[in-house]
Amino acid sequence: MNPDHHSSLNPSSSLKSRFTKTFLRSLIKINKQRPFPYCPREIFQRCHRVKTAADKSLARAAGSRRVWSRAMLCKIRNRSLRRGCQQRPSVRRIIIGYQTTKKGYCLQKKMSDDQEVGTDQASKLRKLVPGGEAMDLCSLLDEAAHYIKCLNTQVQVMRRIADIHSS
Amino acid sequence: MSSRRSRSRPSSGVSRISEDQIIDLVSKLQQLIPEIRNRRSDKVSASKVLQETCNYIRSLRREVDDLSDRLSELLASTDSNSAQAAIIRSLLME
Repeated sequence: MNPDHHSSLNPSSSLKSRFTKTFLRSLIKINKQRPFPYCPREIFQRCHRVKTAADKSLARAAGSRRVWSRAMLCKIRNRSLRRGCQQRPSVRRIIIGYQTTKKGYCLQKKMSDDQEVGTDQASKLRKLVPGGEAMDLCSLLDEAAHYIKCLNTQVQVMRRIADIHSS
Repeated sequence: MSSRRSRSRPSSGVSRISEDQIIDLVSKLQQLIPEIRNRRSDKVSASKVLQETCNYIRSLRREVDDLSDRLSELLASTDSNSAQAAIIRSLLME
């Protein structure tokens, strides 16, 4: 089946199949909604929907045990809520407040890690990994490793889907 | 106890153990990043690993963006029947 795939272990192959199934299902749904986007705005919206579906499927496939997947799902949910109620700034404030209290317990643990690894790079990494702002350095590195693995899977699957569709 | 992999010096306590953890995690990251992995030099500094990690994550995200652009265009151009056939085919190939 997959000679290039180095996963003899179960976790990454089941992540791959979970992601593929969820993502393909959302693609079918997106396709059914508006079959032919007529104007540039609709095209942009569709592209945004595909991207959100990809992120959402990846986070779901990764599972709720990971901080980054939970943070990503939270972000997506808040984004859609914010879009729904844009005339109500009070709702937005409540959502942001909830998010910070959820992460609050991480901030409480003021780690005694000295960041010998380079604070600049660490803060850059924090911005890149979802939910990275509130993690201590160890968790940040651990989550980053898992995030990279999942991103690789995502790219692999999406590339194959695109190749299949374009052939 | 000696069963622990980290050097258990009781004096520095928490910071000593987590330093080893960090070194472990950094080396794990090192294995994942193709640029550093292909260079095969053991002496890569931690900040270099972090820098390459950031670059790698950025490039992966960019690739996901490009792929979703491509996919949304492809979806628009194919009709649903052939799309579903292609999807079933790709699922079977897993």
